[in-house]
Amino acid sequence: MDEIIGKIKTNVIQGRVTSEDEGFDEGYEGQPATVELVEEALEKGVDVKELIVEGLTGAMDIVGQNFESGKYLIPDMLASAEAVGEAMDILSPHLEGAGMESKGKVVVATVKGDLHDIGKNIVSTMLKGAGFEIVDLGTDVPTEKIVQSVKDTDPKFLGLSALLTTTMREMEGVINSLKDEGMRDKVKVLIGGAPTSPEFAEKIGADTHCADAFQAVDYANSAKN
Amino acid sequence: MENGYRPGVVVRMPFERLTKDEIGAIDAASMRLLEEIGLQCFNDEAAEIFKSNGCTVEPRDERSQTVKIPAKVLKEFIAKAPSKVKLGARDPKNALMLDAEVPRIYFGSGSETNVWLDAHMEDFTSERDPKRRRRLAVFTEQRGTVERLCTAARLAEQLENLDFFIRPVNIQDEDITPDNHDVNKFYASLSNITKHVMAGLTDIGQLDNIVRMAEILAGGKEALKENPIVSFITCTVKSPMEMVDDATEKLIQFSKRGLPFVVSSSPQGGSTAPVQEGGMVAQINAEILSGVALSQMVNPGAPVIYGSVPVRARMDNLHDMYGAPEFNQYNIDCVQMARHYRIPCYSTAGVADSSSPGMQASIEKLFTHVPMAMSGAQYIHYAFGLLERTNIFCPAQAVLDNQHIGMIKMFLSQPKLGEEDMDKTFEQIKKVLGSKQKLYVRFTRKGLRDGSIYPHYPFEADGGDGVIEKALAKLDELLAKPVKGVSKEQENRIFNEVPGIVERLRK
Repeated sequence: MDEIIGKIKTNVIQGRVTSEDEGFDEGYEGQPATVELVEEALEKGVDVKELIVEGLTGAMDIVGQNFESGKYLIPDMLASAEAVGEAMDILSPHLEGAGMESKGKVVVATVKGDLHDIGKNIVSTMLKGAGFEIVDLGTDVPTEKIVQSVKDTDPKFLGLSALLTTTMREMEGVINSLKDEGMRDKVKVLIGGAPTSPEFAEKIGADTHCADAFQAVDYANSAKN
Repeated sequence: MENGYRPGVVVRMPFERLTKDEIGAIDAASMRLLEEIGLQCFNDEAAEIFKSNGCTVEPRDERSQTVKIPAKVLKEFIAKAPSKVKLGARDPKNALMLDAEVPRIYFGSGSETNVWLDAHMEDFTSERDPKRRRRLAVFTEQRGTVERLCTAARLAEQLENLDFFIRPVNIQDEDITPDNHDVNKFYASLSNITKHVMAGLTDIGQLDNIVRMAEILAGGKEALKENPIVSFITCTVKSPMEMVDDATEKLIQFSKRGLPFVVSSSPQGGSTAPVQEGGMVAQINAEILSGVALSQMVNPGAPVIYGSVPVRARMDNLHDMYGAPEFNQYNIDCVQMARHYRIPCYSTAGVADSSSPGMQASIEKLFTHVPMAMSGAQYIHYAFGLLERTNIFCPAQAVLDNQHIGMIKMFLSQPKLGEEDMDKTFEQIKKVLGSKQKLYVRFTRKGLRDGSIYPHYPFEADGGDGVIEKALAKLDELLAKPVKGVSKEQENRIFNEVPGIVERLRK
């Protein structure tokens, strides 16, 4: 493996986006981090595919293991995912040339009437870190706008979030609108948020309920087209 | 470590119950008790010392005399007691600085319980429905032995929130008699812990041997003075107001040696002291101050500690009751009285009335751990592992107590609101508000690892006895760590120069 890819991998594991970030371990501050190293790698003409597979995905595998073993907590996992997300932003114009495809688009939104976005943002970061392309519509998003976005971007997944018992019902409206527009079968709908449950997901006709961001990543990685 | 001693926690604006006037009222009542009613003194030498220093001594019966201490005399002598007492340690970094003017708190173990409570986990099956199973803790009561005392000291070494060691278990080995009890308990403790060791003495005749042992470990006579790795406890007064013979003899000897010691009193509200707060505190204060004054008559400047252990009587069996609201009232008042006299305070918290570890025990303990820490008592003993009042020591509970005390220490730590801290925080907020996700999680990483941010309760479990199971796993982990024993040379010298230590304590 190229030396610079090894450094990128280390920095993703350390959860360092830019040089001013601290790592999981001491002594990294000030040294180039994921963003600077990915830019340097592109300048040097490093193989983009190898960079993504070895440097980013390989790093996230280790981060996942560290989380499973209890060594890492959510902030560490998110920091690494954020580093991968930033790297992917830089690399995305080069994917086609490298013969790589994104894992697919995910449209995410907090439904109408609901301003809560922490959960949605964490899910977005983790999915992006896992190699998906995120179309984040924000919070308090009207049903029509969500449906239009699905029409326009043709995502593999639609992630809907709500924190309130009063707003979670909007999710059913989104699913019904997708049906009305004849698009329900084209996209898998993932729902999440504190008041939601697997039973609720089933009742409103969503494809799955995700209790946390890890479940969302697992589902997206394993779902068939 | 700061300035050569354990940092403890300096409590900001300690919680106080008593106003200045109320402190004055208790002080006046204690003075009046000692001046008008006096102590029943069973130690002739002490009576003589009191007499030669201006107190009135009158015969009472064939065994005792009445000692009346004029307020003026009492005040003159308690003012000679030092406001700072250093307690040393085998590892000098573990030394403690008790300063009556600074509410720096330390927590330690205590009580010489007779029962050591072991625990293990077993699976139980429902009689009605064999498919229903539960995993529960099963407890076994063991006798205290010198080996178990060694284990307790090894555990105490590893509990990071334990600042000093008072043996939590009594040694009841058949080959250890009153003649060699003290040397064995001190050696078992000192050879397994590098923190400060404090204990009472069974036989004052053993004091020379203990001092010799401590000198060898500290590096000589002068080194022991600089770094007093051992200190003593003596309960001179049996409540109400009786100065007993042997404990008073110990006080005189400790004072002469200039080694630190606690003058402790433990009246029971409702039986051996008034249950009412004012009466209880006036009495215990008088009892402690009489000992403090005597120590200063023997040796002005002797490093003495104000030892208050007031408890409540339980009215269905007259046992001590620790989980009672009055316990906190009495004890916080005593902390304030000690501060008023500028004498460091040995106080009490963390005793459970419950007989088994877990929920009730932890609730009862926290009910005194928190307020007594907030009161700023310098030296809080009884804080680890005690159950069924002071009858049982349970190592698994000590592990839980260590966790809870760590949380209390963190809660009471100094806020970080300096200019640099606030600038850093401002930058953090600015950075996050400018980001897509507006999440602060990234900025918790360093703090989670260096301990400045509380992670989560490490003994969290899904009901049942899962907490105890996790505490037992932690206990095994701690006891598997290497023992910080004494050197072979020190061991040989101690065995040669200090008679009576049982051979099985050799490493």
